Amino acid sequence: MKPVEILVVGGGPAGLCAAIQAAEMGSKVLVVDRNRALGGQLIKQTHMFFGSEKQYASTRGFDIAQILLDKIDQMENIEVMTNTTVLGLFEDGVATLEKDGKYIKVKPKAIVVGTGASEKTLAFPNNDLPGIYGAGAVQTLMNEYGIKPGNKVLMIGAGNIGLIVSYQLMQAGVQVEAIVEASPTIGGYLVHASKIRRMGVPIYTKYSIKEAIGTEAVEKAVIWQLDDKWQGISGTEKELEVDIICISVGLSPLSELLWQAGCEMKYLPELSGYVPARDENLQTSVKGIFVAGDVSGVEEASSAMVEGYLAGMSAAAYLGYSLYNTKELREDLLQQLNSLRHGPVGERINKGIASILIQSEAAASTEA
Amino acid sequence: MKDNTIICRCSDLTQGDIRELIAKGYRTFDELKRISRIGMGPCQGRTCMQLVLRELSIATGKPISELAPGTFRPPVKSIKLGEILEAIEEGGEEAHG
Repeated sequence: MKPVEILVVGGGPAGLCAAIQAAEMGSKVLVVDRNRALGGQLIKQTHMFFGSEKQYASTRGFDIAQILLDKIDQMENIEVMTNTTVLGLFEDGVATLEKDGKYIKVKPKAIVVGTGASEKTLAFPNNDLPGIYGAGAVQTLMNEYGIKPGNKVLMIGAGNIGLIVSYQLMQAGVQVEAIVEASPTIGGYLVHASKIRRMGVPIYTKYSIKEAIGTEAVEKAVIWQLDDKWQGISGTEKELEVDIICISVGLSPLSELLWQAGCEMKYLPELSGYVPARDENLQTSVKGIFVAGDVSGVEEASSAMVEGYLAGMSAAAYLGYSLYNTKELREDLLQQLNSLRHGPVGERINKGIASILIQSEAAASTEA
Repeated sequence: MKDNTIICRCSDLTQGDIRELIAKGYRTFDELKRISRIGMGPCQGRTCMQLVLRELSIATGKPISELAPGTFRPPVKSIKLGEILEAIEEGGEEAHG
């Protein structure tokens, strides 16, 4: 069995930062990612980030990925395995991996799970027609492979991802016919929404898709208004000629490995799904398993990075590693999370976290 | 909404199929999984589970937070049995218990 000190599952913003922090404290880290390159969703993000300087504000997502990857390249105590899927976390601490048709077992002393989230989907007639994508797939096609997915799009969902991907589609020369949003208000930042409105794209709130129409692929989308019980109102239908329907109705934490490992889980709408109970240092109810990023509650890449540093620090501290200023660094990270979680969205997230926070003596371990 | 809307792409189950099974008395994700194979394909429930939980929530009147999401077991994606066998032959750990 391969000896591993800290296993980081997922090489997105959370996992990369966890690896960097844990390695800086002197531990040996193995980062595993199922994709062919590290970076997670960051490598598809062509827009500049918000937040503060510490989370690389005003830097584009893919540039942030490069900054983090350059750091990892220089660290001798980080091993990277791409094209590798963690298949299972077992209750005896063994993790099973698959790389290029090979089944590998490892027994790490600590694990940071940063698996991120998966896209939610929608049930509507003909939702299996070619031309219907999740927003993630559209970003992968356009921003990673340089492929224009179609010519005219209906975007479902006016959260930040829906708004940002709509803008990216326009930059790629795709016409955005409309954005529909089931809620009465736009979920994403108004700065993104205004930019899109100024370019002439209508955003219909309290609207959703009724059905897709087409034989071989999407030819049309029918949208309709929703009543207060989220039901479509007959007579309000609008037909749009589109060849792409892009679904961006939110993410849910990809927490299957945590379930397998026996972590205590709870469904919290504030955090977008089933999330693990964790203490302030991001250790779950299973000792030695830490979480960071969307898997512990869907937020943004900025907070995923900060959580990553914190989880990496906690995992290394759990194994006895420390720096002369661990305590100050930890305080700073907690402070950063606090300031990222402001406003109504942040309040909701804080409320969610508070309801599953484990109050434990372990929370004091990095302070010692 | 038409009943032939696809809920589970892996095993080709429609909204109608799921509603029919719920009406027959299958009231948890695991029960539906055992009778229909939903959630057992390549997506392992990552796509269909929340749609099924929503159907269960509507049928039972319980919020999703009170519904069990079913059991998660390794492996998270399909692999060949030969790969596991090869690992055993090379490592030999399992063979000795």
